Amino acid sequence: MAEAAVLRTRELTRRFGGLVAVKDVSVECRTGEVHAVIGPNGAGKTTLINMLSGDLHPSSGSIFLEGSDVTGLPSHRISRLGVGRSYQKTNVFLPLTAFENCRLAAQSRLAGSMRFFRPALADREVNAAAERALAAVGLDGRGSVPVAELSHGEQRQVEIAMVLATRPRVLLLDEPLAGMGSEESVRIVALLRKLAADHAVLLVEHDMDAVFAVADVLTVMVNGMVLESGAPAQIRSSPAVQEAYLGSEDAV
Amino acid sequence: MNAHRIAIAAFLVVVVALAVLPLAADKFYVQLFAKIMIMAILAMSLDLLLGYTGLVSFGHAAFYGAAGYALALLTPQYQAANFWTSFPLAVAASALLALVIGFFVVRTRGVYFIMVTLAFAQMLFFLFFDTKIAGGSDGIYIDVRPVAKIGDWQPFRLDDFTHVYYLALVLLVLTYALLRLILRSPFGRVLAGIRVNEQRMLSLGYPTFRYKLACFVISGALAGIAGYLSAVQFGVVNPEMLGWHLSAAVMMMVILGGMGTLVGPAIGAAIWMLLELGLQSLPSAGGVDFGKHWQLLMGGFIVLAALLLPNGLVSMIAVLRNRKGGIGG
Repeated sequence: MAEAAVLRTRELTRRFGGLVAVKDVSVECRTGEVHAVIGPNGAGKTTLINMLSGDLHPSSGSIFLEGSDVTGLPSHRISRLGVGRSYQKTNVFLPLTAFENCRLAAQSRLAGSMRFFRPALADREVNAAAERALAAVGLDGRGSVPVAELSHGEQRQVEIAMVLATRPRVLLLDEPLAGMGSEESVRIVALLRKLAADHAVLLVEHDMDAVFAVADVLTVMVNGMVLESGAPAQIRSSPAVQEAYLGSEDAV
Repeated sequence: MNAHRIAIAAFLVVVVALAVLPLAADKFYVQLFAKIMIMAILAMSLDLLLGYTGLVSFGHAAFYGAAGYALALLTPQYQAANFWTSFPLAVAASALLALVIGFFVVRTRGVYFIMVTLAFAQMLFFLFFDTKIAGGSDGIYIDVRPVAKIGDWQPFRLDDFTHVYYLALVLLVLTYALLRLILRSPFGRVLAGIRVNEQRMLSLGYPTFRYKLACFVISGALAGIAGYLSAVQFGVVNPEMLGWHLSAAVMMMVILGGMGTLVGPAIGAAIWMLLELGLQSLPSAGGVDFGKHWQLLMGGFIVLAALLLPNGLVSMIAVLRNRKGGIGG
């Protein structure tokens, strides 16, 4: 844990008109660690992820990836630098098969996809990466099904498999367990644990059992600001957190 | 026999039928079908944008006309241009135009994309319509057709309508093959991803602007092939070749035939041209000159087709197959 942070933010702020969705948030993600960000709805967790992935640009503050400033880079550049994200609201290619969803994700890592004449399916490495990603989330054997015909839970699994297929070093997962059955949740939690060994993981999740099962570091956000950050035990016993979040009605 | 084999067999039958058509048909029909094949190339080129990438280009005639004008401008007065240089140059002119226009339009989305492609094409239309370049609004004749000599050998003659027909057939097949190749390549898969969910493609690390621009250029270049052929076939180019009437007609062919199928737009082009001809030659009946008001009937056909076959004429095959399967099982 003495390792330097792979992804680090400094006083990240995002305003939407008069509303400050995220205010002065500084977080760090290290390889080998699951950093969970929790907080009530509207706390700014997804906005934070959107800024980290380049989907949204911060109003102020900075984002550093392995020491270099990546603030304001477009999402495709951030992705190529090794940051993969999943979406809270399933954001996949519905008419395409589960395999093709992951294959496209894996293909993005080729030096250039401006290849016009070779059949896409001839690239065995890309195919294998897609198959591995499907297997990792427990979707082996479902690859040939169009995602639109998969169950909601399976679509959630595809969402995560696509991120894995891009072979990122940093994983930004926005409520990966939302909408999943308990069996799949158990599998994904175990997968997260495994991934944490050689990835930096930033996890936004409402399922507190899962959060406390996998998180090494917890950051609690309320109203766009960091309320408290630290080890799970510290967060669990924090009076401020209990009052603001864990004890409140809409917690779990 | 599976569906794939049937499709290949049908494709071969059509190509062979087209190949033997000039042996049986007279000049009128040979020229008509050459024109249909030229329109089929144009429609397929638009399908790459419209059907496969989801870019609704309403200015596709610009690239078609550009290659025609390129040939006209490359043809010296009372002399012939060289086919082997003028053809690639004309296609390159279309590609270059698509690169310039694409650089701006590909940044826009949805309705704005439609609007801006139309605006660029109309600018080009008026450039030729309002100025004296290449004959202004009257257009310009290409009196002597390009010569396709290699040394002393001349493999085909473009002043022979049968040779033009076969050139169109060869280029139609090549265009189709090229597009099929592109569509199954990594590049083609990226286009499909962009059509379905461009935002996610960005988040997966694809710089989609570049892919859309490349697609726009390829599509424009292929439209240029059709424009060059048209200029060769009729020996004339005029601003109409660049106008929005043609852009709209091609879009209709693509949608009518079935977007995102390649074969559909080609069929759409054929149906469109044959219907136009058939309706125009309708006789007067009961004091109404149907032939003169053919566009009313055409409009009715489009409405019916859109209501009954929303996925295009090619979907008719699937509908019929399902019906047959339903009875059998």
